[in-house]
Amino acid sequence: MKHSFLDNYSDISSVIHGLDPRVKIVGFFFLTVVCVSTPPSSYFSFGVYFVLLLGVLILSRLPFHHVFGRSMVVIPFVLMVAVFIPFLKKDVIGGGYNLGIGGLTVSNSGLMVLWNVVIKSYMGVLCMILLSSTVPFPKLLKGFEDLGLPKIFTTIASFMYRYVFIITDEAQRMKRARDSRCFGGKWIWHSKVIGHMIGTLFIRSYERGERVYVAMLSRGFDGDLKGKEGAQRLRPRDYIFLSVLIPIVTGVRLMV
Amino acid sequence: MNKEKAVEISSLTYRYPDGNLALQDVNLSIFAGESVAIIGHNGAGKSTLLLHLNGILKENGAVKIFGKPVNGKNLKGIRRMVGMVFQDPDDQLFCPTVYDDVVFGPINMGMNNKEAKERVTEVLGRIGLSGFEKRSAHHMSAGEKKRAAIATVLSMEPKILIFDEPTSNLDPKMRRVLIDLIKSFPETKIIVSHDLPIALELCQRIVILEKGRVVEDGSVKDILGKREVLERYEIDPSYHCQFCDMFKS
Repeated sequence: MKHSFLDNYSDISSVIHGLDPRVKIVGFFFLTVVCVSTPPSSYFSFGVYFVLLLGVLILSRLPFHHVFGRSMVVIPFVLMVAVFIPFLKKDVIGGGYNLGIGGLTVSNSGLMVLWNVVIKSYMGVLCMILLSSTVPFPKLLKGFEDLGLPKIFTTIASFMYRYVFIITDEAQRMKRARDSRCFGGKWIWHSKVIGHMIGTLFIRSYERGERVYVAMLSRGFDGDLKGKEGAQRLRPRDYIFLSVLIPIVTGVRLMV
Repeated sequence: MNKEKAVEISSLTYRYPDGNLALQDVNLSIFAGESVAIIGHNGAGKSTLLLHLNGILKENGAVKIFGKPVNGKNLKGIRRMVGMVFQDPDDQLFCPTVYDDVVFGPINMGMNNKEAKERVTEVLGRIGLSGFEKRSAHHMSAGEKKRAAIATVLSMEPKILIFDEPTSNLDPKMRRVLIDLIKSFPETKIIVSHDLPIALELCQRIVILEKGRVVEDGSVKDILGKREVLERYEIDPSYHCQFCDMFKS
């Protein structure tokens, strides 16, 4: 089956990849939160945030097409929600079109809302892509654990990471089996077959869950998630990363 | 030969919650150091029987492991002694990395991190998967996954090893590697399989299960050497010939 990764490129070596996961989690979340709290009109701040992220990207030696390609995934969703706001918000009119069927006007504050939504979500996504592409997933979970996230959450996420592709593979196999039997016909028939497939997938996943649980019990699992390893000590470069990132971001934010 | 009984099952009957009778009055003793194959058709109750051996399913007092009855009180000790390798390694390898999977048992047994780490390194070396610690099971071949699944059990140092269909989904080359590997384990072994040649190679004794009952229990020679026995239970009689060939040479 296809070998997919959630965390492509997370095992290449670079300055950024070598940092402790905790430092990267804190840094990127900090940047995201500050970015969200920045007033939309302070374009300079967003410029600085973007340059910072670009700097991290260059240091991390990740391919640009990977990062920017992935970041595009979120744009359609944001646009779908926010693209009509400039037309609907009634405020100072910035401009308009006359299409012969009545006016279509664009308001200044509406445009500002659109910009606000797009730039902040884009920055957030960029942060998360940089985080997930520079830390292998298991280490990311360990980082969250060391930062005090309860083990039950990281365990759920680790099961997700382990089984998401197995379930995708299963769905793929089912689709292939369906197509091999000359799947065709009207959409109403399609929807019925797809419904059955989703049901089957659910039952199979449920049964797999039971088998996994039996395998856990067989190895002495008693409902208690044990085995928290001690956290590693932070190294100088980890401190350097945070002491460069946090003051710059804070400074820029406080300037406005 | 007065050996210790590793597994003692006395009149075990089990009914599924929906009323279906899965096991009927099963009596079986397996001695320490023995290798036993349990064979039977689909739905004969093989897997249900296995689940009784480490207390996933419990019938009071019917199963004893090294003299200890399988009940709620002994469960922890029993599961430590009985290592179960399931058919689908994707069920057994549920952690993000091989290391986490192999260390899961020892940590649950209360071992500290340092000891557990040494145990993992040792077991992975024994199984031929040194250096696989950080690998994710999703990116491994079927043979590697199977071996990793065995490692997750070996790390608990069980006294009894149970394999459910150990060679399913393996190519002939990997099958050979796995058989040789299983052969090298000195523990008491119980192998559930449709693959009779495995039984021939790995086991001294064969138990045939049919409709939840033990219908034959004897040495490999007693069972595979008699064509009529194989025919009675609709097992491919060509195994009889294979067996005869093996003993002629």
